[in-house]
Amino acid sequence: MIRWLLWLIAGALLGGIVHLVAVLILPRTATQDAYSRISPVTPVNTIAALPQPAPQQEVIPFMDPAFASAVCRYDLSSGPLKLTAPVSAAYTSVSFYTRRGVAYYAINDRAAGRRVIELDLMTAAQRAQLPEDEDVTAADRLIVESPSTTGLIVLRALAPEPGLMATARSALAAARCQLQ
Amino acid sequence: MRLLLGSLFALLVAAVVGLGTTWLALSRGVAFGAIPIGSWTAWPRTGTPDVDPYARATIARTGELPVGSGDGVAFLARNDDVGRPLDGRCDVLVNGTTPQARFWTLTLYDATGRLVGNSVERHGFTSQEIVRQPNGSFDIVIAPRARSGNWLPTNGIDSYILVLRLYDTPVGVATRASREAPMPAIAVQSCR
Repeated sequence: MIRWLLWLIAGALLGGIVHLVAVLILPRTATQDAYSRISPVTPVNTIAALPQPAPQQEVIPFMDPAFASAVCRYDLSSGPLKLTAPVSAAYTSVSFYTRRGVAYYAINDRAAGRRVIELDLMTAAQRAQLPEDEDVTAADRLIVESPSTTGLIVLRALAPEPGLMATARSALAAARCQLQ
Repeated sequence: MRLLLGSLFALLVAAVVGLGTTWLALSRGVAFGAIPIGSWTAWPRTGTPDVDPYARATIARTGELPVGSGDGVAFLARNDDVGRPLDGRCDVLVNGTTPQARFWTLTLYDATGRLVGNSVERHGFTSQEIVRQPNGSFDIVIAPRARSGNWLPTNGIDSYILVLRLYDTPVGVATRASREAPMPAIAVQSCR
């Protein structure tokens, strides 16, 4: 009896390890994460508008239907990326996600403080290679470091009421994302 | 033989315990750093690079993109103020004020995070389109049948989730108490 109890305890302990390992490796094995869902509808290193969420046809769950959204699916393996996004009348934000969906940076129109949000996206290695003098002149240049080579930039523009959705979408249509 | 049986038993227990707890944790959306205010809960750390492994795994599983902390914060409600799950066949009143924010939106999703189809194509409200009372508070009635005022249709589904997103807000990782962030009350009026 005691022997079986010991086996049970050993099993439960091992189960704890299985649990931790499963939680840690799950993001790597997920086939239905946001990046995988968005990939088929977006080209690489170009802005693409996401279809407006509607019942039975959302690209990803829990999208805010009051927002127009566009995505730049990036791949920095051949160089840094430049993003320009004009702000819309109400509220505009730019959020950066890694390949695994971690929101590592987000900025809104007020924090950017300009009519156009301009950002340079690069990996840590590419930033280290920037010439030093360029780094100095770039004092007012916003540089975002991506922890992963691939990922998603999501631009969102608010339509405060449904009639303003077209305005929000056209503001996003003017955004650009391209390799430097 | 006993050793073999014993170790097989232990491995079976390990698999059941390990995978079972993982499934439970992920299907319930377990994450650290929750801020519960009334029936609402936010996980502001999920929108930062410090997101914990459970939230990472949940995000990978559901395929959602969390609201980044520089953008805003999302509060989720699955229950009313007395802890009953939100039922689309009931008339529910959401009443009160929201924390300080430049804009907010309230959206109704089904249990898997999808919008619910309805005849008037309304899935939520923004802070701009809501009809308010003179003191600045608002009433939103979430009901299966049309109501006057701010009506959010449920289309009679069994259960739903409310998400209140605050954009450009001081509410975030450092927020602690409901005094800093007053959230609207959720009360069931009647069920049919």
